[in-house]
Amino acid sequence: MIANYGYEDGSGFYYITVDTDICIGCTEYGCTKVCPGNVFAVEMDDYDDFVCTVAEGARKRLRELCSVCKAQNGSGGTERKLPCTAACPGGALRHSW
Amino acid sequence: MTETQHFWRWSEKTYQAPDLDWRAASSITVGVDVGSVSSQAVILADGKLLAFNSTRTGSSSPDSALRAFRGAAEPIGLTLDDISYAVGTGYGRVNVPFADRTITEIACHARGANHMGGPSIRTILDMGGQDCKVIRIDERGKVLNFIMNDKCAAGTGRGMEVIADVLSVPIEDIGRRSFEIDEEPAAVSNVCTVFAKSEATSLLRAGWSVNKVLAAYCAAMAQRVAGLIERMQVEREFFITGGIGKNIGVTRRIERLIGVEAIKLPADSVLDPQIAGALGASLFAHSLYRKAQKEAAAAGGTAPGNGGTPGGAAEPAGEGAGVAG
Amino acid sequence: MIVAGIDVGAKNVHAVLIQDGVVLAKAAVVSGFDQEESAERGLQEAARVAGIDRSAIQAIAATGAGRKALAIAGQQPTEVLADGRGAAKLRPGARTVIDVGADEARAIRLSPEGKVLDFAINEKCAAGAGAFVEAMSRALDMSLGDFATSSLGSTQSIPMNAQCTVFAESEVVSLIHANTPAADIARAVHDAMASRVSAMVRRIGVDDPVVLGGGAALNVGFVKSLSEALGGVNVEVLPDAEYLGALGAALIAWESAS
Repeated sequence: MIANYGYEDGSGFYYITVDTDICIGCTEYGCTKVCPGNVFAVEMDDYDDFVCTVAEGARKRLRELCSVCKAQNGSGGTERKLPCTAACPGGALRHSW
Repeated sequence: MTETQHFWRWSEKTYQAPDLDWRAASSITVGVDVGSVSSQAVILADGKLLAFNSTRTGSSSPDSALRAFRGAAEPIGLTLDDISYAVGTGYGRVNVPFADRTITEIACHARGANHMGGPSIRTILDMGGQDCKVIRIDERGKVLNFIMNDKCAAGTGRGMEVIADVLSVPIEDIGRRSFEIDEEPAAVSNVCTVFAKSEATSLLRAGWSVNKVLAAYCAAMAQRVAGLIERMQVEREFFITGGIGKNIGVTRRIERLIGVEAIKLPADSVLDPQIAGALGASLFAHSLYRKAQKEAAAAGGTAPGNGGTPGGAAEPAGEGAGVAG
Repeated sequence: MIVAGIDVGAKNVHAVLIQDGVVLAKAAVVSGFDQEESAERGLQEAARVAGIDRSAIQAIAATGAGRKALAIAGQQPTEVLADGRGAAKLRPGARTVIDVGADEARAIRLSPEGKVLDFAINEKCAAGAGAFVEAMSRALDMSLGDFATSSLGSTQSIPMNAQCTVFAESEVVSLIHANTPAADIARAVHDAMASRVSAMVRRIGVDDPVVLGGGAALNVGFVKSLSEALGGVNVEVLPDAEYLGALGAALIAWESAS
């Protein structure tokens, strides 16, 4: 599944994309360790696989939680410049900025 | 009338299948969707729609889940003990006290929409009380891709309720009245529901009719939602679920903006787009129950309908009673 | 020569009179529906405070959301320009100016000489402005002043999930039902708002000294939360913080008149 968690800030609309098919079988959980805003959680999805999600409590606050990295990294695109995208061994995480 | 009128309140809806005897069924499965604004319960007997109910979510999620279930079950004499398997979904899904499992509302809306609109449905727009999601599914109702937005009340059911209250228009009338205008106004400029209150007041002072203000709100909400849909590139066979799906003032304007018409339920259908999540949950409950039964049988275990399965273990006594009854 | 600066906001009108470059009087009145009338009331009040006749005011500069509606204003500087000018006067050398009003919040980066380099504005969302704290104090049935100070007595930090004022209201109600101490709720509310304002400030970068103006600067609970949200920087509250925009406008009027 491709999960897109979107948010809007003063400069436009962005989203974090997780390709959960890549997460299946992951044991590193890099995403949950590096994020300064604790945005990610590994949870069992509806098809009984353990995958990366944006934690329930973070979904409505991405605009703030991601502001720290977004301000530092500018337009990261799909390059692995952010702590989270760099920490994912399978490349399951992408940011639209 | 001495009671204050609550313009934002949807009338509660309940349905019981007239020709289905649940006492003869071998399984009673339940889906409960505890949303931020309203809660629904759907009950299936052997996988067929038996009853449903939609109610307002109160301050306690467990109470709301029970209230939704009782609203559907009590008229036909069904109790918690009769449930074979129950699935909780929605914002308050972890607080459904009688659920055997929780499943996200994304998967449940997908499955519910697939059941309601048929296997050709590929894109779902779920407009709920607190957020809005676009979901892409396959022909079996499995989620392929979804997008949810970091949302505020603007563009959600709660935002529409605030407007209903400010303008003293019953929420059920908003859609119809928003088209009773001479000319479509520009969408209101304020995105924030809090500021929209004062904007509505100043528009009325400036001589706008209530209907025209409603139209400007529906247009603003449609614009916000359409922006989200466009990011997902809507395929045809598009279906709208959730409470706002009942507000034609918003849905017709969305259709105009994206140039795709949503699939509608047949006019004689007893279903309601608001119960899609609970319906999906009840369908999940039905298949999970069957899976558990099969596994138990394969393990050389107990007769169907008795406890000892992973799903049934939570309420072994209740299940036996349900089947025997 | 006497000139006036008025800041026509969503909630209040602030007016500052300057005579020969020195502040003569200040006044604030509540905004009504008619912005022209509200501005006039603000000017009358300021004139009364100064003990002068309204007709003695020779030039007027207006800023704030309602500035465009004012025919009496010879100049209509933007809020960013007025805030920048006012802050540079009140705190020479200020580099980051944050102004949080009832309906709007702004962050402005100034050069060492006080020129505006960059800015960010939130005018779309009540949750990032003073209206948020006001709505929450109402939910708790507390005065804004009590709400602000009680936040300082909080012993635990509770994260708020709701980003939106409309949803946060129900979250506060459930905290009340759960018997959460009012001080902790107040802090949660200020932290939530500070987190949103700080996200906006980070977009332009945070350089010391950081100064804060606008009505929210009078809220000690918010100031503390904002300082924490910005990583512990010292947030200096400007004197007469709520008159920041009006003062800036008055200075602009004075400079062009003299």
